[in-house]
Amino acid sequence: MSEVEVSEPEVREIRGVGIGLGVAQGPVARMSEPLPAPSDAPSALTADEESARVREAVAAVARELEQRGALAGGNARDVLEAQAMMAEDPSLADEVATRLAQGRTGEWAVFDAFASFRDQLTALGGYLGERAADLDDVAQRVIARLRGVPAPGVPDPGHPFVLVAKDLAPADTALLDLDKVLALVTTEGGPTSHTAILAREKSIVAIVGVAAANELFDGEMVIVDAAAGVVTTQPTGEELDRAQNRAAARASAAAAPITDGALADGTPVPLLANLGSPDGAADAIALGAEGVGLFRTEFLFLSSSSAPTIEQQRESYTKLLSAFPGKKVVVRVLDAGADKPLPFLNDAHEENPALGLRGLRALQASEDILREQLTALAEAHEQTRRSPGGPADLWVMAPMVATVEEAEYFTAIAKDYGIRTAGVMVEVPSSALLADRILEYADFASIGTNDLTQYTLAADRLLGSVASFQDPWHPAVLRLIREVGDAGRMHGKPVGICGEAAADPLLAVVLVGLGATSLSMAPTALADVRASLLEHSIDDARVIAEAALAANGAASARDAARTAAAQHSSVAAL
Amino acid sequence: MPTTSRTVRIGSAHGLHARPAKLFAQAAKDAGIPITVSKGAGSPVNAASILGVIALGVEQGDYVTLIADGEGAEAVLDTLAELLTTDHDAE
Repeated sequence: MSEVEVSEPEVREIRGVGIGLGVAQGPVARMSEPLPAPSDAPSALTADEESARVREAVAAVARELEQRGALAGGNARDVLEAQAMMAEDPSLADEVATRLAQGRTGEWAVFDAFASFRDQLTALGGYLGERAADLDDVAQRVIARLRGVPAPGVPDPGHPFVLVAKDLAPADTALLDLDKVLALVTTEGGPTSHTAILAREKSIVAIVGVAAANELFDGEMVIVDAAAGVVTTQPTGEELDRAQNRAAARASAAAAPITDGALADGTPVPLLANLGSPDGAADAIALGAEGVGLFRTEFLFLSSSSAPTIEQQRESYTKLLSAFPGKKVVVRVLDAGADKPLPFLNDAHEENPALGLRGLRALQASEDILREQLTALAEAHEQTRRSPGGPADLWVMAPMVATVEEAEYFTAIAKDYGIRTAGVMVEVPSSALLADRILEYADFASIGTNDLTQYTLAADRLLGSVASFQDPWHPAVLRLIREVGDAGRMHGKPVGICGEAAADPLLAVVLVGLGATSLSMAPTALADVRASLLEHSIDDARVIAEAALAANGAASARDAARTAAAQHSSVAAL
Repeated sequence: MPTTSRTVRIGSAHGLHARPAKLFAQAAKDAGIPITVSKGAGSPVNAASILGVIALGVEQGDYVTLIADGEGAEAVLDTLAELLTTDHDAE
């Protein structure tokens, strides 16, 4: 611009942690916060007047829910119609009338009447307990209507939008129409928050932990640049064009031919998929997964009150192994405890479950379950031996290994069952520090960066108030990873990464520089990581990793790596 | 008007919640006469109340008793009984 403007310099960039490399633009729609509970102070209106207000509000909410149901169709329609009936429920109306007769406000009467039904449902537990959330949603809508404020929850402005929220809960994302979401921006949450995981799974452009996003308003145009971790407000036409071009270039990169993971100098870095059930195999292969780097077996166990039988397990494992003939498939034995409690494995109350009887510790205490799982895995491998394309290359690993003795124990028991390649997950700093001795027994190590970060920084990864500590870029975490990488090189044994860190395209380069020999991630992250690796040689990767290691903190490590990556790239800058 | 009652066994695999509860409460509401439903020997609730019906916690194989009072009560209970004995999730 040629005009000289005399005004205060405006801050148009706000920062957070970008997820992936995407860029998007669009109008902001904010997710409104849950309403504060109404007060039980006496109403200034008569009971009849309050009653009329409530009747109007429940009818309006019911009609709106019915309309949304008609638009949504399918299962959502049933849920929304049921919610509409809840709003106008006659028993609820009786409960509300009783409270209004006591001189309370419509808001409080609705709140308290819904709460009484909610408590009944919660007390019944199970499936009915889950319906309590539907009830809460209806109550919030009616109360919002009575107050004349927008209903809380996922916005629906009728056009594609950039969703700005505190953080997304699983219940919110279930209601989210992903086709309408151009990008996600959250004020809280770190790179392993539910929002970040969703963004990676669905390839949505996202920036988490943008504290200043509180100031964004509905309808405001923004550019969300996940690669830079920057939200730009009041973008210029030129900025919008540039973002548009980058988004288009990235879309064509995603459509680029799928090649095996490798660095610019040809050093192979197999790119593998993290899977939670055999059903994801086809998608993973379509996105170019060269095998499975982490197959979580919890899905077989979490929905049952007792352990699944060997036959049930064998069937699932056979399905998985058949999908990857001739390819590497790393299966992790049951990782229960902490955030994934299983009553039949450990029903003791623990003050600190993340530090409790979990992972291999729990399996060692209930060795039958481990032995059955290994039996089923060996049988499934045997069954697929004659499958076309050859059998999968089955590797089995133990979760939460903290000591050399545990590594020795697990590899010995796995070999007893004919598992040829048995390794351990490195998620505890003790096993990273002693990786050289652990790898004397284990055939390979696979680093779980989420737990490794949680334990290194002593910050509960599920606790929002310490989410800022949960950043795998922290140099303390990187140094531990280097220990494992060095140990792997010394023993000539593979060191994989199977945490969220591997899905971060720049961090992926750093991890290879630290000695990782394969990377496993949510399949949707494969294209970005593949493209990022191709930009750097192994020497570049080591230099970039050194730059990150030399930083004092996670943010500065990321910045240092970004700067080093720009200087040490084996492709001409665009 | 005579009071009519009917005891039936629940056919839906998901018991009387989710979709079956909605269909049942809607039909009871549309009938336009007072109808109650109770599980086993429990106390009756308004059959047109989806919240009341869900809160009964009725599972497949449970017995419920319907009581209707008013014009066409027999026919209304025939329809509702049919609804309850059908497994809607098997459709």
